[in-house]
Amino acid sequence: MNRNLIIGLILSTLAILAALLSFIWTPFDHVAMNIPAKLQTPNLTHWFGTDHFGRDIFSMIMVGARTSIAVAFVAVGIGMGLGIPLGLWAAARKGSYVDELIMRANDLIFAFPSLVIAILITAIFGAGAVNAIIAIGIFNIPVFARVVRGAAMPIWEREFILAARVAGKNAARISVEHILPNVLNLLIVQATIQFSLGILAEAALSYVGLGAQPPTPSWGRMLADAQTLVSIAPHLALIPGFAIIITVMGLNLMGDGLRDYLNPRTRVART
Amino acid sequence: MIRYTLKRFLSLCISLAVASLLIFFVIEIAPGDPASFMLGINAQPDTVAALRAELGLDVPKFERYLAWAQGMLTGDFGMSYTYRTPVSQMVADRLWVSLPLALFALALSTLIALPAGIYAAARRGKTGDVAVMSATQLGVAIPNFWFAMMLVLIFAIKLRWFAGGGFAGWNKGLGAVIWSLTLPAISLALPQAAILARVMRSALLDVMNEDFMRTARAKGLTTTQTLWKHGLRNALIPVLTIIGLQFSFLLAGGIIIEQVFYLPGLGRLVFQAISARDLIVVESVVMLLVFAVIVVNFAVDLAYAAVDPRLRART
Repeated sequence: MNRNLIIGLILSTLAILAALLSFIWTPFDHVAMNIPAKLQTPNLTHWFGTDHFGRDIFSMIMVGARTSIAVAFVAVGIGMGLGIPLGLWAAARKGSYVDELIMRANDLIFAFPSLVIAILITAIFGAGAVNAIIAIGIFNIPVFARVVRGAAMPIWEREFILAARVAGKNAARISVEHILPNVLNLLIVQATIQFSLGILAEAALSYVGLGAQPPTPSWGRMLADAQTLVSIAPHLALIPGFAIIITVMGLNLMGDGLRDYLNPRTRVART
Repeated sequence: MIRYTLKRFLSLCISLAVASLLIFFVIEIAPGDPASFMLGINAQPDTVAALRAELGLDVPKFERYLAWAQGMLTGDFGMSYTYRTPVSQMVADRLWVSLPLALFALALSTLIALPAGIYAAARRGKTGDVAVMSATQLGVAIPNFWFAMMLVLIFAIKLRWFAGGGFAGWNKGLGAVIWSLTLPAISLALPQAAILARVMRSALLDVMNEDFMRTARAKGLTTTQTLWKHGLRNALIPVLTIIGLQFSFLLAGGIIIEQVFYLPGLGRLVFQAISARDLIVVESVVMLLVFAVIVVNFAVDLAYAAVDPRLRART
């Protein structure tokens, strides 16, 4: 295990544990308002202080972790669920019209500024976590399709694939039984990176009011609420910001670490 | 090269056509009729019908698409439903905020990232490299709108060096414009600079493994000289590609930052138009951004092929 992987694992586990723990326990009810106790700075009762409604920020951060992680997780799932089969298909039919069509469609999705389209989708079909997931998920599809296709193509040239062909397996079976296991490492690394990008995208969408709707807490929404109060209560903006940074950095480090761990040949830095 | 250019140009045209179709129909299938939205819930059906006719909404969708697409080609984006002014005029006004912001951010990102990346590559594995790489790790993890809020807190609220938001306006002079765009540009540039520094570093490290670098050392150049004379030039090709791609990203990414700083750019225009169901404005701005991305990609591809003949043969 290398250092990046260990630090990354610790930081991401922290966020995931906070999210899981929030289902059974939070220090306070995250939606309970307590106006007399509003805008407290971090103290022994309220570890991260309270917001303008007197809600406990520590509890909100924990529940917010749930929102961020759930949105990013499902968005990555959409990307993998559709992107991997498309990528495998394109690689199996390399050079055919199917390959061409899939890759051109990929290029097209890449050409759309993802954030603008995500804003558009959520704004038109209604703000909310589900639409945010779809909006983020769509842009994960070409990422996975491209990674899989790129990695699968050289594998198709290998002898063991030829052997599988001779054994009578068709392209679909070869793709699933022989190609997929060989590109899995890359996919895990890519999934971690997309996961961290998903958390950033969710935060941005919630910040402009298009992600999870109140009273569901989300880190981006907390930042939006903090904006007008930042001069009198900076901790309102600092704490959710740190939560995002720690989670995203944890996932990125984990991705870097996993790549080195899973493939000892590539010890060059990631771009 | 001509064959390659033509081929790329054809795929550019197809991309633009498909993109415009997608944008138009996604927005058109959205729930909510602009005319009834504008007139409110108490409007009489015949008034709504009259307004629909006036806005040209009674024409079949496909005909409206053709009219819109045709207008786009000649720079006529149609009339805004709510403001009744030409969309091209509204977009042009806002572009004078968004474009300088994107260019400013791009300049900052490049100015920070290239020296940082070169420095890290030159000191590979040493403390300087580790420091730069850790900083970039942090840079890609910070949400730019949060960073923007922190900049406002420190430099506008506490130190009072800059205004916390708003745009000075071009009539106040270039200095005032730059002043009001400084904080937004810094916050927009930071994550991009982190990515670019990583690209610069790894591109340079790749080149350093090349045989010609050893030859350069063998002929008596110092490490620094080889790095500057032979390494940098070769490493710059991938870096320029990324810079090109980042421009379109910065133009689109400005949307969120404009919200933080209350800048009257394309981002605010889109948000206002969405909430007013001014569909034609939304369609036009999104199409413009997509157009920018596709054209920049095209230009980058061509520049790449011009430099590296191997790429022409491949596609």
